[in-house]
Amino acid sequence: MTYALELRQVSKVYGSGPSEVQALSRVDLSVERDELVAVMGPSGSGKSTLLTIAGSLEEASSGQVVVDGTDLATVSRTDRAKMRRRSIGYVFQDFNLLPGLKAIENVTLPLELDGLSSKTARVAALEAMEELDVADRADHYPDELSGGQRQRVAIARAIVGERALLLADEPTGALDSVNGESVMRLLRAATHRGVAGVVVTHEAQLASWADRVVFLRDGHVVDQTAAPPGPESLLAAGDRR
Amino acid sequence: MSVPHALLALLREGPKYGLRLQSEFESRTGEVWPLNIGQVYSTLQRLERDRLVEAAGEGERSQKQYRITSAGAQELDDWLRTPPDLIPPPRDELVIKVLVALQVPGTDVHEILQVHRRHVIEVMQRYTQVKASAREDDVALALVADAELFRLEGIVRWLDAADVRLKQLPTTAPAPAVDTPLERTRTMEVSQ
Repeated sequence: MTYALELRQVSKVYGSGPSEVQALSRVDLSVERDELVAVMGPSGSGKSTLLTIAGSLEEASSGQVVVDGTDLATVSRTDRAKMRRRSIGYVFQDFNLLPGLKAIENVTLPLELDGLSSKTARVAALEAMEELDVADRADHYPDELSGGQRQRVAIARAIVGERALLLADEPTGALDSVNGESVMRLLRAATHRGVAGVVVTHEAQLASWADRVVFLRDGHVVDQTAAPPGPESLLAAGDRR
Repeated sequence: MSVPHALLALLREGPKYGLRLQSEFESRTGEVWPLNIGQVYSTLQRLERDRLVEAAGEGERSQKQYRITSAGAQELDDWLRTPPDLIPPPRDELVIKVLVALQVPGTDVHEILQVHRRHVIEVMQRYTQVKASAREDDVALALVADAELFRLEGIVRWLDAADVRLKQLPTTAPAPAVDTPLERTRTMEVSQ
């Protein structure tokens, strides 16, 4: 089976000597396309480090990171940058939209940086924004959008084009619970259309939107949930009177 | 779930037969609380005895139609505004398991906490699936699932807090087992 993301025995160490910090320790994690995985753990457990290494924003100290079948250690820095633009989408807690660009320009940016004509990029961006129900806000600037709309634009930017992997770091942290749920619904829908998703969150309720929840502690994967049975099992277990 | 009050609420909309009350009860509670027809009729009989509902006529096959009385409407209004009992005695089974785990030599309490955390989140995933597969306009089901999800999330947060609190404790050897008279157990009382 080809996974969209594979971490094999990945470790990350910051500093050296007495100030050495082991952020990740021999982590194995494989995520298929169509699968949304949530990573939970206390502060300092290595969640965000895992995400930045998976997204090739920083390098592992040891181990292998394979994205869409390509071992990141075997490609040049330039090709890694290209891969980050083409294959990996990022969603951050603070949206990270460029304030001087309109919503649609934020979405087309990674495509245009990758060499697509602005016309082709605009068509793809509008399609992604329609999926996320923000196409009517395309020509507004980020500060003219609500928090929920900004995050939808950020997700559109993350899924536009042919992405294999969607990475989200506390993507609902700046939103209320109903808007947060709506973002998780969208991330789940996006992954179920053929992308692998990894979401870091400390909120159990948001993690429960994932197909699988992985628990990190002190840089180690200590546990994960089993595939959930269908909802009918829950209703059947209800109080039948 | 108070079945009598749920039936009073449905009758507040107008007179209804038992079968209709049964189907409306189930659909409006997101079909999470199934209700059999025998329970509907026995509840209606009790409500009629207490003069909270009364017969409004008979339909085909001698089916009896019920309507709410003014005393029933008052009872419903009072019930809606009465807060539920939120202060049960602190005898939660999970809390007791964790407290006992602290006393059992050789037990990794953090591992025990994780076993329960995983289980609770797996249950949460099932409730979330209920929401995810429901129609978008099924507000009743969303509210029922939300109520369970927030309750379960509270348990996960308690487990997380217990994890951090126990990590901050200095590691100490378990106290030697000495057969000394026990002090009176501390109790926790919450004033209402």
